[in-house]
Amino acid sequence: MTDLSIQLINLFASFLLLLAFAMLAQRRVVNLVQIYAMQGLTVVAATSVVAYVTHQNQLYYSAAMTLVLKVFLIPWILRRLIKRLDIRWDVETLINIPSMMLIGIVLVIFSFNLALPIASLSTSISPGTLGIALACVLLSFMMMITRSKALPQVIGFLSMENALVFAATSATSGMPMVVELGIALDVLVGVFILGVFMFQIREQFESLDISHLENLKEE
Amino acid sequence: MLNSQSLDVVLWVISGWLLIGLLGILTLHRFTFIARVLFPLGGIGGLVLAVAAFRSLINGGTQNRLLPIGLPQLHFHLSLDALSAFFLLVLGVAVFGISIFSAGYFRNSTGTAPGLLCLEFHFFLASMALVLVAADAYVFMLAWESMALSSYFLVTANHRLPKIRAAGFLYLLIAHIGAIALLLSFGVLQANTGNYTFSNMRMQSLSPFWASVAFLLAVFGFSAKAGILPLHIWLPEAHPAAPSPVSALMSGVMLKMAIYGMLRVCFDLLRVHIWWWGVLLLVLGLATALFGVVFAAVQSDMKRLLAYSSIENVGLIFAALGLALLFSSYGMNLIAALALTACLFHVAAHAIFKSLLFLTTGSVLHATGERNLGRLGGLIRFMPWVAWLALIGILASSGLPPFSGFISEWLLLQSFLFTPGLPQPFLNMLIPVATASIALTAALAGYTMVKFCGVVFLGQPREEKLNQAHDANLFEKIGMAWLAIITITLGLAPNFIIRLIDPVTRVLVNQGLAAQSKSNGWWLLTPTSMARASYGPLYFLLGVVGAIALAFILVRVLYHARLRRSAAWGGGHPWANSRMQDTAEGYGQPIRQVFEPFFAMKRHLPKPEDIEPRYEVIVEDKFWNGVYMPVVRVTEFVSSIVGRLQRGRISIYLLYSFITLIFLLILVPSARK
Repeated sequence: MTDLSIQLINLFASFLLLLAFAMLAQRRVVNLVQIYAMQGLTVVAATSVVAYVTHQNQLYYSAAMTLVLKVFLIPWILRRLIKRLDIRWDVETLINIPSMMLIGIVLVIFSFNLALPIASLSTSISPGTLGIALACVLLSFMMMITRSKALPQVIGFLSMENALVFAATSATSGMPMVVELGIALDVLVGVFILGVFMFQIREQFESLDISHLENLKEE
Repeated sequence: MLNSQSLDVVLWVISGWLLIGLLGILTLHRFTFIARVLFPLGGIGGLVLAVAAFRSLINGGTQNRLLPIGLPQLHFHLSLDALSAFFLLVLGVAVFGISIFSAGYFRNSTGTAPGLLCLEFHFFLASMALVLVAADAYVFMLAWESMALSSYFLVTANHRLPKIRAAGFLYLLIAHIGAIALLLSFGVLQANTGNYTFSNMRMQSLSPFWASVAFLLAVFGFSAKAGILPLHIWLPEAHPAAPSPVSALMSGVMLKMAIYGMLRVCFDLLRVHIWWWGVLLLVLGLATALFGVVFAAVQSDMKRLLAYSSIENVGLIFAALGLALLFSSYGMNLIAALALTACLFHVAAHAIFKSLLFLTTGSVLHATGERNLGRLGGLIRFMPWVAWLALIGILASSGLPPFSGFISEWLLLQSFLFTPGLPQPFLNMLIPVATASIALTAALAGYTMVKFCGVVFLGQPREEKLNQAHDANLFEKIGMAWLAIITITLGLAPNFIIRLIDPVTRVLVNQGLAAQSKSNGWWLLTPTSMARASYGPLYFLLGVVGAIALAFILVRVLYHARLRRSAAWGGGHPWANSRMQDTAEGYGQPIRQVFEPFFAMKRHLPKPEDIEPRYEVIVEDKFWNGVYMPVVRVTEFVSSIVGRLQRGRISIYLLYSFITLIFLLILVPSARK
């Protein structure tokens, strides 16, 4: 029973990692939102399994909240944004995807290496996932660095948060409910604010390319 | 009220001042109410403070109080001992005069609203009083910083002038750099106990190294406030920029807060004394004194002149303090007490006479609209009150008997004469040089004051408009007269003041002078022994008055006895006009020549073919180009390098955080090992 659930959690973890790589290489904005929603779903599944195994009812609430927020609400908001900004068919030119992948692999190895001593001390049910979660965080971070449009950056930020929640639930069996509620609210508010900002940026520069913000630099 | 403890009275006065400030802000533009009611009320607060401090000095003992305000777990520790009480007394006495003067001085002008000025003024007073009763580093720094802030706003009362804003900024900058040093000093003094009360600091015994670190930081921090070389740079800018009563408060009282801090840290909190500390203070003080007086001698703006003179006086006080520290480090406590008495006496004397002089410049400024000495003159005929009261301050400032300035300088020289007793031959050889420079400073101070008095009040008016100058109003007269009376009292009854200083030196070095100094009667000052030196101000005064009366009678009786009016400074020229009399520049010229290496001078001499010949000399401080500009350039260079990090691209900023994160993550495993 537990054996199976650990296998399941590891499976979800590897899904998450795969999706992070997919995100890194994905060029179309709409597909990025799709991948984000799938990431959210994976987190929901992983959280439910942990809740079932450890009999922590609060994790069910957490999973439900993640489901509503990150699988339905935020992707919906993002899709609406895309529609209204009319960037549905936007394709971002990414330079050198293979070398980005290679750097990503180095990051994954690095985070596994880093998580190893911590995982050996951990008492949670699936200590191996910590490395994956950390790798996801770093990969999302890297995605934010490499993108030059505003919306992909926002998605990178959101997926980083996903990875953090995953780390919290699977590696340490959940944060306190209050903290989780706070984070959820933060993410929601963040998305709203970023949406407003994106409109403003486009008003100002007639493009969502944030390299225009360079003009704001003081000489 | 009479039965309550002095510290309670002090706290009541502080809250009263805060209340007056708030009342001022509530009645923002009701000028008459603020000037005629609130300012005199604040002055009475000062008087109450002085009485409370006086009682505390006479009764002795230390009062402690823990006020449950402030941050949780970090209540206000307050205490009133002899040292605090003495400075509170000085503060109260000076504030009474200055506040009463202010009631007549501030005009309903276009600058800062009167209510705001009232708030800043009384917050300034309250924070100074709080500095003096603070008994932990937290309250001390809180009060210290609110003192700096409120005085910054007072300095920039006329903030529409860019020059005044620049002066205010310089002041604020140096005040903050000093405050950081003080914070670090307290951090060292608490010796890792985490307890920042002064009583805890007293119990710590620091190693000589850490004690020296704390001492040097304190010296840096307090000399930034006191205007000791090379941190004096803000003082000649900020004092002329401020309204005159504020200059009086800053110069007369606020600089003394730095002296208080030095005494508190060096003699109270630090229990070990190392001989080179005293030498350092002595050298710093003497250099400052000499520098200040030489610059004062060549100024042509009367408030700048007084500001440089303040630098000189603070330098003398520092030198006395250093001497006391030096003696105390060799265990010669009685002589240390003598030097300390000179130091404290000069604190009181300077607080009063410099306030008085700044106030008179305020009256002159109001009556004539001029600060430039080159456009004043002959004011004694139009403003006799101001002129005669100023003369008292001038005589005290010149260090002439029987006024207050003389006694402190005399006591200081007396304590210098004891230095041959020091067990270090090297120091013994050095001290005569120091003594000589004290004497030089005193002489130059006299020279400067003659210039101040002569150019402003004597001679002929240099401008037409001076003929319309009017004398000070009633409030101004009362304020100045009060300070003048105190100056005379300090000069004539030194034994009485020494009786008040006695408890302070007993707290600091376990010795006092009171018993010895009045052993030959209240009117004869004998600091050490009758055989060594004694001074009877009253006898001296009688002698001077007698001589003058005799000369007067002789002139009246034996000479022609007529009053003859002729051109002042005429020097025998029959057609002397006001342009031909000696000017501030002319009078300062010999000093400018002799001390030329001190100055960075820019001179503009008229050429023969000039249609409008113009002579101009601008004397600048070498420290500005020598010390401050390099610092500014280095800062600008470093910021330009740091500025290169700012690329304006979000990806680059993200990359910075990413690299930092990776770096820290790499560090984590190695840190755990």
